[in-house]
Amino acid sequence: MSHRLSGNEAVAYALKQINPDVMGAFPITPSTEIPEQFANYVANGEVNTEYVTVESEHSSMSVCIAAQAAGARSVSATSSCGLALMYELLYVAASCRLPITLACVNRALSGPININHDYSDSMGARDSGWIQIYAENNQEAYDNFIMAMPIGEHLSVRLPVMSCMDGFITSHAVENIELLETDAVRSFIGEYKPENYLLKKENPLAVGPYDISPYYMEHKVQEAEAMKAAKARILEVAAEFAKISGRSYGLFEEYRMEDAEFALVLMGSSAGTAKAAVDKLREDGVKAGLVKIRVFRPFPGEELVRALAGTRAVAVMDKSEGFSGSGGPLFAETRSALYDLKERPHMINIVFGLGGRDLKVEDVEKVFGRLANIAVTGEIGPLYTHMGQRSKEEIV
Amino acid sequence: MSTVYNLKREVEKPVRLTGGHRLCAGCGAGVIVSGVLRALDKEDRAVVVNATSCLEVSTFMYPYTAYMDSYIHSAFENSAATCSGVEAAYKALKRRGKVEGTVKFITFAGDGGTYDIGFQSLSGAMERGHDMVYVCYDNEAYMNTGIQRSSSTPLFARTTTTPVGSVGQGKKQNKKDLTEILVAHNIPYAAQTAPIGNFKDLHSKSYKAIYTEGPCFLNILSPCPRGWDYPMEKLAEISKLAVDTCVWPLYEVEEGVWRLSYTPKKKLPVEDFLRPQGRFRHMFQKGNEWMIEEAQKYVDQKWESLLERCGA
Ligand SMILES: Cc1ncc(C[n+]2csc(CCOP(=O)(O)OP(=O)(O)O)c2C)c(N)n1
Ligand code: SF4
Ligand SMILES: [Mg+2]
Repeated sequence: MSHRLSGNEAVAYALKQINPDVMGAFPITPSTEIPEQFANYVANGEVNTEYVTVESEHSSMSVCIAAQAAGARSVSATSSCGLALMYELLYVAASCRLPITLACVNRALSGPININHDYSDSMGARDSGWIQIYAENNQEAYDNFIMAMPIGEHLSVRLPVMSCMDGFITSHAVENIELLETDAVRSFIGEYKPENYLLKKENPLAVGPYDISPYYMEHKVQEAEAMKAAKARILEVAAEFAKISGRSYGLFEEYRMEDAEFALVLMGSSAGTAKAAVDKLREDGVKAGLVKIRVFRPFPGEELVRALAGTRAVAVMDKSEGFSGSGGPLFAETRSALYDLKERPHMINIVFGLGGRDLKVEDVEKVFGRLANIAVTGEIGPLYTHMGQRSKEEIV
Repeated sequence: MSTVYNLKREVEKPVRLTGGHRLCAGCGAGVIVSGVLRALDKEDRAVVVNATSCLEVSTFMYPYTAYMDSYIHSAFENSAATCSGVEAAYKALKRRGKVEGTVKFITFAGDGGTYDIGFQSLSGAMERGHDMVYVCYDNEAYMNTGIQRSSSTPLFARTTTTPVGSVGQGKKQNKKDLTEILVAHNIPYAAQTAPIGNFKDLHSKSYKAIYTEGPCFLNILSPCPRGWDYPMEKLAEISKLAVDTCVWPLYEVEEGVWRLSYTPKKKLPVEDFLRPQGRFRHMFQKGNEWMIEEAQKYVDQKWESLLERCGA
């Protein structure tokens, strides 16, 4: 069925179809509509979820952790400062191997306070042990959310999943999207059947020990192994999902990459703009292509190597600063992944769109222009720049 | 049903907190936790929640747990939210026919995890009305990190962050009255107790808290021989002195009705409680008589207002 929904409405609708056991709810722009919409489903008896209206995001993640440990499928939604407030608990959730699902509607982190989109919130949580999947548009936001539980809950994984979409751009824009039948969603997701949980009658369970050095590292390695194993599971679930939806997903999307000489690597809704630029350049005979990262954790390094192997110059575009002093987080990962390649493309990093600053087709075209120049001269110029800074001379 | 208290019968129940945990000898926390859990009916299951604290690091060090019931620890400041989450899961799964039997939810947190960093989480959980018991074992400082002051630390007490020096005289502020704040949440049951005598008071209050529907709160004085600086065998004695000096009055508030649980036959001077403890030693130095007077004045004033509230 085709519907017109915003990204938030699409995720709320997915939640209604899933009918989770427990939801922790706390408002923050731009994710607020998700718990609001879900509250209506609760009020109208369309779901029978235990809807816990906590006093902070810290508590909503705490509720999710405890409920999931107790044997309940638990969900929440947040953005920006809310995710930052959860920070300590994100690690607890992952290390307890609790497959909670969190709708993360990306928004710039304070300060200064700003409500618009960038990835500073979820990028700050990239080392927390959560799987992170990013949507380009409303359809993907809906689809990714439905795939999250079969990924996270699988025995080989058992990790929490952050299903991310771009604040306002995706969360608030209304688009035509295809929804699955509720029965199809429910049978796709299945029952949550953890091996052990707090409320299991047969044997009590203790969760969250004080873990000493002789064991701590083993536990962390198990967690790391689970993150590695998640890659195969993500693809398996995507293949199953394609069967019921007709929509295919990989770890990333390659757009006109077959013979691309110049490529961009970026994520989220900016891919829409970038695709338009690629199409335009292709018409002019420029061999431009795009890699849109869908799964950032686990990072698809090996697969990216294959995708970028034939290119001459690559621009990694980060929509978060990272403050490493040497480029954004997507750049660091991508550049490191390509290290083992014998014939590496030139690579630059462009940080753009912080706090919701617009990316235009012309901006992307300029980046490709710079890549073509690098390929000719062999000079990359500054490695890491910020797009469209008003006070400095434009480099891009 | 444990309507008439019988210590012998109670201690014959299977233990829910086993020995072999790593709390210091003479620590109040262990006897308090055992005492509260003992009030559970034998056939009922429980999920125990801990905040990060001396108790937590001593009772669940991987791979050994001292608890016979299910248990969860998540962080320092979120034990009430954690308990809410388990209770929410229970409600949801019960509704969906996925859990059987009665399960009770009991949180134990220290004063730091309750009066201070976990205060918001606690207030939220109480306001939402989860069916749970929150127990604060109050040892009046952050003991696990080495005796730092909390808002529960009493006036003039020496801690590592309120040291006694040529200018400093221990903590500058009075103890926060948390029980009163919890009462203001209009919860069905809130009480103060301590590990004294045959544990009748602690037991009956625990029983009420566990078997009263809704959010219930127990504040239990938990002497700490290390932080309070007294010989470890004096747990019962110190607790009794806290009660008999009215430093730690025993009372309960049930559906808004205040009731005094114990009136000392003879109200002892506050210095009887202070003297055996190293953390108050400087108060007994020559020239510091004013400190004891001030402490006495505060206790008297709090006691009078409690008597008034209880209509005694
Ligand atoms: C967010 C956070 N801050 C600080 C700590 C360090 N910490 C662990 S336990 C503790 C003190 C606990 O004090 P209290 O709650 O009174 O329990 P006690 O150890 O005294 O029994 C502190 C400060 C922590 N674990 N987490
Ligand atoms: S330091 Fe105090 S509270 Fe901590 S275990 Fe020892 S006696 Fe108990
Ligand atoms: Mg303490």
